[in-house]
Amino acid sequence: MELTANAQALAYLVSAILFILALKGLTHPKSARNGNYFGMAGMAIAIGATLLGSEVQSYGFIIAGVAAGAVIGSVLAARVEMTAMPQLVAALHSFVGMAAVLVAAGTFLNKQAAGQLNAVLMGELSAGIIIGAITFSGSVIAFGKLQGLISGAPIRFSGQHMLNAAIALVTVAFGVHFALTESMSSLIIMTLLAFVLGFTLIIPIGGADMPVIISMLNSYSGWAAAATGFTLHNNLLIIVGAIVGFSGAILSYIMCKAMNRSIINVVFGGFGSEAGGESSAAAMAVEKGVKSASIEDAIYWMEDANRVIIIPGYGMAVAQAQHALKEFMELLEERGVEVKFAIHPVAGRMPGHMNVLLAEADIAYDHVLEMDEINPDFPTTDVALVVGANDVTNPAARTDPSSPIHGMPILDVDKARNIYVIKRSMNPGYSGVDNLLYYQDNCSLIFGDAKEVAEGLVTALKGGGH
Amino acid sequence: MSEIAALYIFVLACFIGYYVIWGVTPSLHTPLVALTNAISGIVIVGALLVSGFEEAGLGAEIMGFFAVLLASINVFGGFLVTNRMLAMFKKKDRK
Repeated sequence: MELTANAQALAYLVSAILFILALKGLTHPKSARNGNYFGMAGMAIAIGATLLGSEVQSYGFIIAGVAAGAVIGSVLAARVEMTAMPQLVAALHSFVGMAAVLVAAGTFLNKQAAGQLNAVLMGELSAGIIIGAITFSGSVIAFGKLQGLISGAPIRFSGQHMLNAAIALVTVAFGVHFALTESMSSLIIMTLLAFVLGFTLIIPIGGADMPVIISMLNSYSGWAAAATGFTLHNNLLIIVGAIVGFSGAILSYIMCKAMNRSIINVVFGGFGSEAGGESSAAAMAVEKGVKSASIEDAIYWMEDANRVIIIPGYGMAVAQAQHALKEFMELLEERGVEVKFAIHPVAGRMPGHMNVLLAEADIAYDHVLEMDEINPDFPTTDVALVVGANDVTNPAARTDPSSPIHGMPILDVDKARNIYVIKRSMNPGYSGVDNLLYYQDNCSLIFGDAKEVAEGLVTALKGGGH
Repeated sequence: MSEIAALYIFVLACFIGYYVIWGVTPSLHTPLVALTNAISGIVIVGALLVSGFEEAGLGAEIMGFFAVLLASINVFGGFLVTNRMLAMFKKKDRK
């Protein structure tokens, strides 16, 4: 059976609608899984319609590629740790970018062989290759930073932006030259320069800005698919690419807004250094006039509280403390304490990272609230327990106009009656700004690894408290 | 198909993206990134066209093969990991 062009186009339309429904499903956790199935169905229809179309005539390489890809993809998906989700996503973004480059280059070779090249097509091919290549090398850098293969610290040097602008201009110039002259060497130079550009664009951005970077690369991977759609005159790729591109763009916007920074500021630098050295945390704390507390002190206030709010941050992810926190939550609930989790939009290394980690620990999603939902509850909360979060709880964002983070929306932890902060050291957060929260009379710090402290809390509570 | 028609489709799809994505709940932003990842594996369609082209030379066939391979990793990895994550999001009365 061979599909006619019209039948294929209709199948693509069905597929596009299924993808839109898939994303629509993510409006609520209840409908999300069905949404994902819609997405799978859409993809199956798209692949089936392509294979049955008149354009695909040889199947050997296709079967081998799909089979190998299916095995690798399934193993990755089944094995990845939830804490490592940002790395997986970065890796997958790089694959989309590379695939787009290969498709554009292969299309060039095929069309050249068939004598169907023209300037518009070659211009579109160039755009596809440039966007794809930037997505690829940018994602590889993001992966390296997340995985700790390269330093998460921003790498900067003077003239960096000028250099990037120069590379971008030269890349486009070679692309135009290629489109006009069909010069193979221009095509190759353009491709290599685009790979370099992805590298130099992402390398200056600090590890703590990862939620924005992941979202941005997500967006690029969409635009790369859309550009491929333009070259192949394939509406499905254009539609899907545009939607994915916009998805990433909106996430970038949400992340930037949650840090009160512009996307320009994130991309072209600002702050973002990773803190180093952790020596004698307690000594430094005393010096700075911060109170430190024991696990027993914290339990004393929490065991008979009406409401406890837990504020997780990247520190919880690093320490894998979510399972111990879940046990702690259950013990408190048995005692009639209401326990909620408060999530700041940029907590963690990618959008929604904390929600996934808490879900992994089997903490029901109705216990997990977003910043705007939970902020009104802090003034009537007995204990706020901060686990590995820092800047997103700093009241200086509200009160100190001279602070670099002033204007950033924060969790109103400072308004709770008692505050306990689990922290490994007195190092400031990634912004390098001192957290005014720690100097409040009703705030105490518990020094230690988030997981060990959380387990300590569990043990203390099981022991019957005081 | 004319370039202008493609541009129409592109711009209208951008609007669909804009409205659909704003509806996504923030708690599902990680699954959203994973799902859009899987969906952008749609470049597999392009990869199939490249490697399935009848008169494709060896160079194009090899490029097509790797493009199919990478895009399939995205498709399978993306949808399965999204499914794995979404299965963990549960309401309170679970046990």
